Amino acid sequence: MTAALHIQDLQLGYDGARGLHTVVDGFSLELDTGRIGCLLGPSGCGKTTVLRAIAGFEPVRAGRIELGGVLLSAPGTHRPPEQRRVGMMFQEYALFPHLTAAQNVGFGLRRATAAERHARVDAMLTLVGLAEAGSRFPHELSGGQQQRIALARALAPAPALLLLDEPFSNLDGATRERLTAEVRDILQQAGQTAMLVTHNEREAQVMADRIGTMHNGRLSRWV
Amino acid sequence: MPRGLRAAGPLWRIATLLVALGVLAPVASLAWLALGADLSHWAHLLQFVLPQAALNTALLLAGVGTVVLVIGTGCAWLVSSCDFPGRRVLHWALLLPLAMPTYIVAFVYLDLLHPIGPVQGAIRWMLGYDSPRQFRLPDLRSMGGAVFVLGVVLYPYVYMTARAMFMTQPAHLMEAARTLGEGRFGAFRRVALPLARPAIAVGLSLALLETLNDIGASEFLGIQTLTVAVYTTWITRSDLAGAAQIACAMLLVVIALVLLERHGRRHQRFGSAQRMRAMQPRPLHGMAAWMATIAASVPVLVGFVAPAAYLVWESIKRLQLGHGISRGLVTSLGNTIALALGVTVLAVAVGLVVAWTARSHASAPNPARWQARAATLGYALPGTVLAIGLLTPALAVDARVAGWLGLPGLPLMALGMVLVVACVIRFLAMPVGGIEAGLARIPPALEQAARLLGENATGTLRRVHLPLLQPAIGASALLVFVDAMKELPATLLLRPANFDTLATWLYAEAARGTYEEGALAALAIVAAGLLPVVLLARTQFRQAPATGHQNPHP
Repeated sequence: MTAALHIQDLQLGYDGARGLHTVVDGFSLELDTGRIGCLLGPSGCGKTTVLRAIAGFEPVRAGRIELGGVLLSAPGTHRPPEQRRVGMMFQEYALFPHLTAAQNVGFGLRRATAAERHARVDAMLTLVGLAEAGSRFPHELSGGQQQRIALARALAPAPALLLLDEPFSNLDGATRERLTAEVRDILQQAGQTAMLVTHNEREAQVMADRIGTMHNGRLSRWV
Repeated sequence: MPRGLRAAGPLWRIATLLVALGVLAPVASLAWLALGADLSHWAHLLQFVLPQAALNTALLLAGVGTVVLVIGTGCAWLVSSCDFPGRRVLHWALLLPLAMPTYIVAFVYLDLLHPIGPVQGAIRWMLGYDSPRQFRLPDLRSMGGAVFVLGVVLYPYVYMTARAMFMTQPAHLMEAARTLGEGRFGAFRRVALPLARPAIAVGLSLALLETLNDIGASEFLGIQTLTVAVYTTWITRSDLAGAAQIACAMLLVVIALVLLERHGRRHQRFGSAQRMRAMQPRPLHGMAAWMATIAASVPVLVGFVAPAAYLVWESIKRLQLGHGISRGLVTSLGNTIALALGVTVLAVAVGLVVAWTARSHASAPNPARWQARAATLGYALPGTVLAIGLLTPALAVDARVAGWLGLPGLPLMALGMVLVVACVIRFLAMPVGGIEAGLARIPPALEQAARLLGENATGTLRRVHLPLLQPAIGASALLVFVDAMKELPATLLLRPANFDTLATWLYAEAARGTYEEGALAALAIVAAGLLPVVLLARTQFRQAPATGHQNPHP
């Protein structure tokens, strides 16, 4: 197996009133293709910041992020988010409220022909078990359904890496249990490389092949 | 209906009903006038007046609409998505043209851009020409000129609503679009813009209602719009039925615009429903940063700074010449303040009655709500349409009053009462809306507590709500006062004989083509007009969004 995601000595932070405020420091990890990795840690430990840096929303102060051998981020190098082949499932789902579920799923398929797009959207909706919900708007869907549409949308352009930011935190207990296993099956079925962020240990154990624990901006274990 | 605490007693409800009917009366009277006149009138109008005026109005609306959309949306996006030098000032300064009534900006630019005026003179000097025959800019007295003049002062309506939307749009929606392969512009076009479209429609409809209301700028620039046609048909041809018919045609446009606005407001829930991390402006550097500064400054310079500086300059020049201020202008100032005060007191009092009667109170919907909505429709009526519609019922009432009191002539008209009523109808939406918003912030428990302590409804209003409503009442009073000061079209049609306000004084000077004390009158109006803009900037734009990379993830 080759390493899909390669992060080396990453340092992240922002300019505060008293100079650079470091959020993440000396962060390194590797994740093989087709595997699901998980960053586990309490809120404020910097795990979401790492995810946002991989997506291209945070500048890198030091170190480098590579995906499939392509340099995404390093000091002075910043590939724009839309050119990274990185998909992301947001904590709040971030479904576009003015588009239907199917239009949301098809949003990232601009370069496909109409027929290809149609087929891909159908396939994705079927994959997440919502083949009949395509014409509905986000506010007409339950929380669990919104979450699955968000997953379908992120998977549709076939990203090299899928990022999941606390994907189950907005769901109630029973739905969360069920969806955690379901999402893992969907990702494994699609052979999708993915990186998950959560503060829930059980979720991490169900979902992930490799788990890293973060504390105060540092990765303490990566097993 | 279950009997709980009643919102207001029967007197209040009758008063509110009468107000609603009073606001609707001009529209009803217009329809009656227009349909009652003989058909030959319509034939004449359809053949000679309406087609050209309607075409001009349509062109003007389309042109102004395009300009305000481009400037308003563009600037709103620039100041909410990018950080550049001057952004913190520009994000409120872009509102300043709101203080500049359309007829004043037309008045100023006619002089500034005159073939032998300062701007063209400077251009000729730079290019080495010495006569306007060799080089001159296109004439401002044209459709293009009118679109320019109206566009640069009306874009803030779109800017305001679009910016509020962009600022509250959750950042993760834009980020989601980026991870799905869209660049910055693509994300704006496919996500931010469609989400802001309802808000932009609201701003657009307000700007176009102002365009329709405008009489000064169109007339100074020689554009025969429907508004101008109503005015000339009544004033110069004394043809009330004809004026009413044109006004009826304008009502159709008004209805379309109000529907557009209502449609926008209904769909505004997008995005604002979720309280999420807002978009962080991206710092621009080097050339790009300065280009952004220039792009966002131009509307402020053209729409406010240049005309205001010109008015100050001309006023100083005038005063230094030692002419002093003429008695006529002083009288006009007094008239303006008296009119504005009268309108303010009446509008706030009526607004309080309407808002109080219609306040949401128990869990059941308040039956007076539709009356409150009807009472606030006057803002959409162009001044000329309102005046023509009000004229017939007002004259009838006036004649009756004169008969009772044994007075000659038309006492209410002569006292300016008809004009005051017209302004109240037109501006009533501001106090009703402001006081309703204020009432909504007062917890119902306060009223229930007061009632349990033995106070009746009116006493509760006086002892609990009025003190708490003071800021809301003050703000709406200011808005009404300034708008009444600026009002031109209804004032032109309904003022008593030999009664001039600053606005009509300026109008008369511009119509004569003399530029003597017009600048002084205009300066006074603009100075007053700045007050509500400052208020708006303070309340709605209080916190400038944070700049740069602050940590958005706690």
